[in-house]
This record gives sequence, structure tokens and C-alpha cells, in this order.
Amino acid sequence: MKGITMIRSGLFALALAAFALPATAETVKDGGQFTFMIPADAPPSLDAHRETTYATVHATAPFYSVLIRINPDNPASPDDFVCDLCTEMPKPTDAGKTWTFKIRDGVKWHDGSVLTAFDVAKSWQELVRPSPGVLSARAPYFVMIDTVEAPDASTVVFKLKFATSAFLPALGDPFAYIYKKEILEKDPHWYERNVMGSGPFKFKDYQIGQSISGERNPDYFRKGLPHLDGFTGIFAPKQAVEIEAIRGDRAAMEFRGLPPSARDQLVKELGDKITVQTGDWNCVNIITANHQKKPFDDVRVRRALALAIDQWHGAVGLSRIANIRTVGGIVFPGSPMAATKDELQKIVGYWPDIEKSRAEAKRLLKEAGAEGLSFELMNRNVEQPYKYIAAWVIDEWSKVGLKVTQKVLPTGPFFDGLRNNAFDVTVDFNCQGLVNPAMDVGKQLPHSVYSENYGNYEDQKDIDLYQAMLHETDPVKQRAVMREYETYVLDTQAHAIMMPWWERIVPMRSYVKGWKISPSHYVNQDLATIWLDK
Amino acid sequence: MYQYIIKRVLLTIPTLFGAAALVFLLMRLIPGDICLVRLGGGGASFDPKALIACHAEIGVDRPMIVQFLDFIWGICRFDFGTSMWSGKPVSTEILARLPISLEIALLATSVAVSIAIPLGAISALKQNTWIDVFVRIFAIGGIATPSFWLGIVSVLLVLDITGWATGTPWMPPIDYVPIWKDPIRNLEMAILPAITVGYRYAAVSMRMTRSAMLEVMREDYIRTARAKGLINKIIINRHALKNALLPVVTLIGIEFAFLIGGLVVTEQVFNLNGVGRLFVQAVQNQDYTLTQALVMLTVAIFVFTNLVVDLLYGWLDPRIRFA
Repeated sequence: MKGITMIRSGLFALALAAFALPATAETVKDGGQFTFMIPADAPPSLDAHRETTYATVHATAPFYSVLIRINPDNPASPDDFVCDLCTEMPKPTDAGKTWTFKIRDGVKWHDGSVLTAFDVAKSWQELVRPSPGVLSARAPYFVMIDTVEAPDASTVVFKLKFATSAFLPALGDPFAYIYKKEILEKDPHWYERNVMGSGPFKFKDYQIGQSISGERNPDYFRKGLPHLDGFTGIFAPKQAVEIEAIRGDRAAMEFRGLPPSARDQLVKELGDKITVQTGDWNCVNIITANHQKKPFDDVRVRRALALAIDQWHGAVGLSRIANIRTVGGIVFPGSPMAATKDELQKIVGYWPDIEKSRAEAKRLLKEAGAEGLSFELMNRNVEQPYKYIAAWVIDEWSKVGLKVTQKVLPTGPFFDGLRNNAFDVTVDFNCQGLVNPAMDVGKQLPHSVYSENYGNYEDQKDIDLYQAMLHETDPVKQRAVMREYETYVLDTQAHAIMMPWWERIVPMRSYVKGWKISPSHYVNQDLATIWLDK
Repeated sequence: MYQYIIKRVLLTIPTLFGAAALVFLLMRLIPGDICLVRLGGGGASFDPKALIACHAEIGVDRPMIVQFLDFIWGICRFDFGTSMWSGKPVSTEILARLPISLEIALLATSVAVSIAIPLGAISALKQNTWIDVFVRIFAIGGIATPSFWLGIVSVLLVLDITGWATGTPWMPPIDYVPIWKDPIRNLEMAILPAITVGYRYAAVSMRMTRSAMLEVMREDYIRTARAKGLINKIIINRHALKNALLPVVTLIGIEFAFLIGGLVVTEQVFNLNGVGRLFVQAVQNQDYTLTQALVMLTVAIFVFTNLVVDLLYGWLDPRIRFA
């Protein structure tokens, strides 16, 4: 017990130290080779336009530039967007439907040629409406974009179908690398196996399935950056290897996030040689009942499932062993669009009095004729935090007399189960690139509208509320509609049960400086600002 | 002899064909969709149209029989196609991983043979002495200890010991460098996995050597050799050990073949980018083409190793003829 307290105190001190010291207080040192781990198997391809895995972004983001991005000095903010290739963040015209970006002069591709607005426009055209035979995995994310044109070599104009606050976060998508127009026109699949960007590092080497490395781009358009001479990213999917490698200094860190136990172990063993950054993570598990299966077609049963779970106490306990932390609704808790605690506590499943909540759950189950109901909870064979969440909710449900067994499936069969409705209730998930509440909550739309919703229901009111929220440009009004939508989804229809949002815990060697944690493991990965204090 | 080899090589054709048909069908029985795993595995939203395009791109939207015939025709031309996951030629994917797997297999076999045969023979010759007891405990320990556990413990031990001794924990590299580029770094990475795998391998071979030696030492021809007045060293080396090695060679052959693609867990523990890890990834990702090619490779390695073992029999025991 004393040991745990000491670890906690140490962690607190380290975390405090990490945030309290302003970056400017230290003298930046240029040079050095940075080795980090990519906690995944090698990505299917190197083309971020077509892939959805962080393995692609962690491996290739240092080679590319994007149009706009979250401020690397303030990545924890969900809406502090700054220019990367543009010169300044524009003000929209045409009632918010036209956005004109000026592109920096003198930006060079790694092959020495000059990057122009035509390259930016072509890349975005392919992202929004890919050419035949080309995949753009996140095209629905850009649903508001009508056209992208480059009237001259330094101007890109986005015309929107409708004005929406979701546009800028969509534009800041960390997967939206700018590719060279000439290459895309010659071979739209070229970027799947090759790298050629305009980012802070030039491609050096890719060992299939093992590592990727880059070297400093001396012509990078941000003068003085990057600080590093080069980097190597090693694919290491096993957590034990990651911890050992950080301990043995074979790698300085991994960027996705480790569970609390790994953090505690590293802090205990390395003391002040390790620094920990933590923050809320724009990832969440969702309990979804299959509405086509009885008795989950009955809203009373779905509400009972939500009412039985003690979110407020559960999150505290679980955060000690699993990478989850903050109780939240359908919107990422760090966003201004998210519900406050008071607002949440009015929603089914978030009531502050758990006894009252469980009594209501029992009443509803009895009324629905589902007392002592037995069912199967389908889960994905992923340790953190899926299995912890499943074990917890099964225990919570047992407190209202439900008898639940868990069925754990590997990723392939798990998705197959989701797609083919072969489950009673499932642990689902939503993990988005950038905090973009208006788009992220699309997960709560029926499957016919949003393909990754597996509740198997149709609900026009759900769609109408979402559309009203998406098209609302006044932030205050949009937030109000969001509350209405959230209440409808979580309370009135209980289509989904949100689990506590994930916590991102990134332990890193203390000599790594200049990197700040963000709510997304896809963001802030170009390594330009990182330097090594050794 | 040559006729025997040709016959054996020809026999591999139906074996490979049977394996191909089996793996083709079994892979398709596993529920799941490679495109879904690829696009949705990370949890981010994706375009449903991308899913359809992905199916078309890798050809899984074609009728099963067309896919099967395509696969068989590819085998006939030694063309296993491209990985459905990465789009790279399957041969590129496998060749990138083969050197490390081969190196670990060779090193582990060297470790195993250099421990198993002398210790197994000594154990048999010193039956029921403290040496025998010690060797048997050592062997049972090797069989009972899973290689992956031993791997994890060995890495932790190295970290702890170097940390304690030098103040800076050290561990072997986690990225592979070919031996011809940097032999020291290469061996730093390969030696621990080779020892941990080799220990179990040695333990099994040691048990086999011991029991074979015990059996041989009771044979009439050994008694005859003794009666003829041959010195013990010649009896053991020329008559006993050579004959006792027949089952051991078989075992070593099978184990070696297994090591090429079977070091699934050990490769994960040491972050080795080998064939075993690729196998797991291919199955997890439901990469049909890559899994099929890996199974064919494994079958081919087993068939080839068995052939080599059979030929070695003739050298070890001249009574065996392959006519």
C-alpha cells in the first residue's frame, strides 16, 4: 500500500514537473537520433489517405505536411487550429461556405521541386472524391466539402455544401497528407509503397514489418526545425517488449499510450529518468445492444442495462488498472460541446444515486418481463481496456439480477459478428483522429446512415436531431441541440451506453523534450519539435 | 538412390496440392473480412464505398472457385501473388522475414546439438549416477519450461543484472540487423532467443539421445565389440552413438523445420520480425494469399527436411538402402 502511495506521489510529481516547466526554460539542443516504438504490426500500406491505423501515421507523419493542423504547442486543445502549409487561418466568406487558403511560398518537396496550391488541391480532391480504384477511407468525414479548386499556384478554395463547425476539424485530419499532384496523376497507388513529402524528415529506409527511419530535411520550410538528425520507428506490437525497450533504452517511448500498470512499473524502475504525460483520449468503448434481438428491442431493457452501471464509482476504480478515466456522454469530455457533470447526471445511466438507479433498473426489467435475463456480451480480444470494461459491466449487471457471459473474439470474427448481427450485446468502440464532436457523434446514427453503428435500428428522429446539430453554426445553439441529441440517444431510446472515456498515458524517457500529449494518438506526430536533452 | 530422391520429390506434388486445398478452404471458413479489419480495426469511421473497393481490389468478391483456380495456377508457376494486406508480393514479405527465422533456427539447432548429444550420451553411460540425475533434471526443466516464459525471464534478468552492475539497464536490440552488416549487433539480438529456444530443443533431443543410447548399449553387437577387446571410446563413438543417433536425427530434422515458421511466441517476446510472427499477422488479418503461401512454405520445408533426414539415415546406417 505504501509502495502504491509512493508511486502515485512520484507520478504526480513527474506529471506536475512535465507540465509546470515551460519549454522555453530549457535550451533546445539540436541533433541526435530518436528511436521510438510503434505499438503495432506494420501498417498495410504507407498511404495515409487509404489507411485508418495509427501505425501508418506514426510511421509516416514526419515525412509529410498538411494544410492545417492542431497547434503542436497546444495539442490538448480540440479547436486550436493553425496553418501548416497555409500562411494564415482564413475567415470564411459566403455565409461560412467558402474558405480560401493561401499556400506558403518556397515549400519544397523532398525531391527538390516546389510545392504549390495545385498539389494541395489535388490531394484534397482525392481525399473528398477519390479517383476510380482509389480508396479514401475517411471520405464521409469530408461530407460537407463540395469542391476544392486551385485558381492559381498559391491559392486553394474550398466550397462547402453547407456551413458547419465540423469543417475545420475535418480539414485538420492528421491523415490528410499533401501528396505531389504529378505523382498522383501518374500513379494514384504510388504512395502506398513509397514516401515523398515535404515534411520535416526525408525518408531514409523501411525494413518491411520492422522499422522505418528518416533523416533531417535541411530544406524544411519551418526554419530551425526539425531538431533531430533523424529518427527510427520500430514496430513492436507487444506491450512487454515496449516496456522492456524503454527500460533498457532501446527506444525512448511509444506514442499511443500504455496502461497504468506499465506506467507504474516504469516509474518505479526508472525514477526521474522517466516522464509521464497523461490526458483524456478521444476514444471510448460503447455498449451496444442488438435491437433486432429480443428483449433488446424493448427500450425498458436497454435503459435497465444503463441504469445498472455505476459509472461514477466504476471509473475511479477502473482508472487504476485500465486506461480509462473520465465519465462522459457521447461527446469527448474535453470539448466545449461535451455535457457537464450536472447535465450528465440527469441522463439514464449517470444518476448520482446508484441505489435509486438500480431499483429503477429492476423495476423496468420486471415490467418488461426480463427479470434474471441471461445473455452474451460479445467482446474483442483486446486487453486494454476492452476486457476490463467487459468484466466490470458484467459484474454491475449481476447486481440487478442479470446473468451475462462474455464471448471474446479475435478482431476478424469480432467484426464479422458485428456486421452479421450475431450478438446480443457487444462492446463497441469509437476512436477518432481529431476531436470533431459534430462528426464523431455520427457513431450514434443508425447503420443505414453510419456504417459503423451496429445497434441494428432505424430511427428518423435520431437522424433529424443529428442533422439539426450538424448544420447549426451558432456554437451555443449547436451545444443545446447536441444535448437534446445526446439525451435522446442515451436516455430516451438508450441506443447506446457510453463507457468512461479512455485515458492516454505516455511514459517517455526524460531526455525526450518538445512533445506534448494530445487527446488523439493520431495527432502531433511529425516529430519536428522533438529534441533530445542528452 | 537417385530414383528414390526423384520418387520422393514427385510425392511432394500431391502433398503440396492437398495442403493448398486444405488451407484455401480452412481460411475461408474463419469468419471475418480482411477489408473490415483493415479499415475499421482502429476504430475510426470509414467510407462504406472503400470497403467495396477494397474487396474488388484484392479479388475476394470473385466466385470461390475462380479464386481457388487462380491460386492453384499461381502455385504451378511458383507465383503466390500479392499479400491482400500490404499489396506487396508474397515472396517479398516472406523473404524479408526468412533470414532472421533461419538464423535463429540454425543457432538454436547448434545450441541444442552441442548440448543434447554429449549430455544425452554421458547420461546414458553414467546411468543412475548423480551425473545422470543432474542431466535428467536439466532435460525435464527444459521440456517443462515454455520458451516464451524463459525468453521473458531472460530479458528481465539481463535488464536487472546489467542495471545492478552498471547502473544502466541493458537489453538486446529490438530491431534486426543482418549479420553481414553488423555481426555484433546481430548476435546481441539473436543469442538470447537462440538459447531460450535451443534449451527446450536440447532437452527433448537429450532425452531421446539418452534412451536411444541405453537401448543400443544393450545390443548384441556392442557386447560382441567388447568381447573383441575394442576400447570403450571406439565402441561408443563408432558403434553405439552412430546407431543411437538415428531417432535423434529425425527429431532434430522435425524440430528444425518447425523452428522456421513455428517460433510464433518467441518472436513476439523478442520482437523478432520473423516468419512465425508474419504467420500470426497473416492469420489475424485474414490475409488469405499470405497465409496460403506461408503454409505452402512450411509444408515444403517439412518435406525437404524429411528427405534430408532420410538420406542421412543411409549415411548413419549403411544397412539402410533406398532402392
